[in-house]
Amino acid sequence: MLGYLTLMLFMPTAAMFTKSLTIGPAEFWRIATSPIALSTYDVTFTTSLIAALIDGLFGVLIAWVLVRYTFPLKRFIDASIDLPFALPTAVAGLTLATVYSENGWIGSLFAPFGIKIAFTRLGVGIAMMFISLPFVVRTVQPVLMQMERETEEAAWSLGASSWQTFWRVLLPPLFPAILTGVALGFSRAVGEFGSTVIISSNTPFRDLIAPVLIFQRLEQYDYAGATVISMVLIMISLVMLLVINFIQEWGKQYD
Amino acid sequence: MTNNLVEPSWQTSELSPQSKPHRRLNWIPIVLIGIAILFLALVLYIPAANVFYQAFHNGWGPFLKNLSEPYFQDAVRVTLVLAAIAVPINTIFGLCTAWAVANKRFPGRTLLLSIVDLPFAISPVVAGLMIMLVYGRQGWFGEWLIERDIRIVFALPAMVLATAFVSMPFVAREVIPVLEEEGTDQEEAAYTLGANPWQTFWRVTVPSIRWGLLYGVLLTNARAMGEFGAVAVVSGNIAGLTQSLPLFVEEAYKNYDTEAAYSAAVLLALLAIVTLVLKEILEHKTGGHTRKTH
Repeated sequence: MLGYLTLMLFMPTAAMFTKSLTIGPAEFWRIATSPIALSTYDVTFTTSLIAALIDGLFGVLIAWVLVRYTFPLKRFIDASIDLPFALPTAVAGLTLATVYSENGWIGSLFAPFGIKIAFTRLGVGIAMMFISLPFVVRTVQPVLMQMERETEEAAWSLGASSWQTFWRVLLPPLFPAILTGVALGFSRAVGEFGSTVIISSNTPFRDLIAPVLIFQRLEQYDYAGATVISMVLIMISLVMLLVINFIQEWGKQYD
Repeated sequence: MTNNLVEPSWQTSELSPQSKPHRRLNWIPIVLIGIAILFLALVLYIPAANVFYQAFHNGWGPFLKNLSEPYFQDAVRVTLVLAAIAVPINTIFGLCTAWAVANKRFPGRTLLLSIVDLPFAISPVVAGLMIMLVYGRQGWFGEWLIERDIRIVFALPAMVLATAFVSMPFVAREVIPVLEEEGTDQEEAAYTLGANPWQTFWRVTVPSIRWGLLYGVLLTNARAMGEFGAVAVVSGNIAGLTQSLPLFVEEAYKNYDTEAAYSAAVLLALLAIVTLVLKEILEHKTGGHTRKTH
């Protein structure tokens, strides 16, 4: 087992770290902060964050609806939430690019207003929302299922309004789960390549994301460039992992 | 789980007799369900339906014709080979990890758990780059491999490595919670009754974790067959040789051969649907405790 981990994980990781060391700090810094790299961080992180927050909002709503209400096709809808986990990302990118293109089913509804979705940052955001959605729903759903309705009912019977019950009784224990889901979705969106490369026009300074920049650098055999941008992504991923662990520890106070 | 449409609004009606409980009782759920379904339709269902529409809107003819193209069939073959190697390896690895980690407390246990999860945290493109830096021309073993004329990158071996890398954590993740829930009582009973570790593993442990294990294998397979980013980096994307089905989809789309792209996409979408259906069945077998995030 440790042999497999060494072969598969430690060696490749070590190869990347040693490669980044051979670049030298000055050169590393120059590549990491080159204008094109900076613009890809901006596109990647802000778009991922917005996509994850929108998923946070709708993901909680979906989890709530699935846990608390009965309606036709509920089991089908519940099962379908995992579609982004099961559907290969290339297929997701392909079909989102078609549906949200100017003459696609949904894109054509926005085209008359001059809103282009596919092949812009908006499209990248939609693809990120697609792949990150299950993270929020599947993190919030079990917590919601475990919550006892008695607490809410007590709040109601003590005269709290729906709004007060939601903000004061429901939301606090759900909050760590929501944050964890959003953080997981965010880190997935940051690294996403398959769907985003297809729906993006990959124009530098507009909708070029960091993983695609890494890929382009590799295609040009610029291993140093690819390594530097990868290191930046990995640092962010590690920070996100720490944040997620921290949120989960903090959330245990409600157990 | 209680599945009531009824909000506990009868209790408020006692406090405020003039409120109309029936109106609130019906509208809030309907509006919320409506918003949820609208969002899901925009993001999931319409795009999913579009895959099938695009593949079949000219009838079965073009679809069947695309299926018979040699590059397409090669892509299917490559994808099957990748899964056939990566899935068993990761199943064995996942079982070993789960067995080592569950029900045991040792220093570095949490660290090991995080390490096993690492492939999920790393962008697939970065995973591909790492493999290039070990086996590629400029990589650690690059010269050594070239001298001996062993092809790893831009060939199947690196694609297998990339596939195994990204699908590594699934089995361990699914099996660990099941093992932890089961506890070690039954294994200990088997030991005291004179069973050796091998017998205990096959006759006691495996049957008790079988649904969780199957679930993990299922997810591993879906990811292995569908991986794009990591494989794209290391494969060189040579049609007929190192082009897997997801790579075929992207290349066909880029070459404006939308029909071929969607014919291949339908196969992958069917794989996803089969995965979801089996997953649903397995969840019922395990009482739903496999439901969590990945």
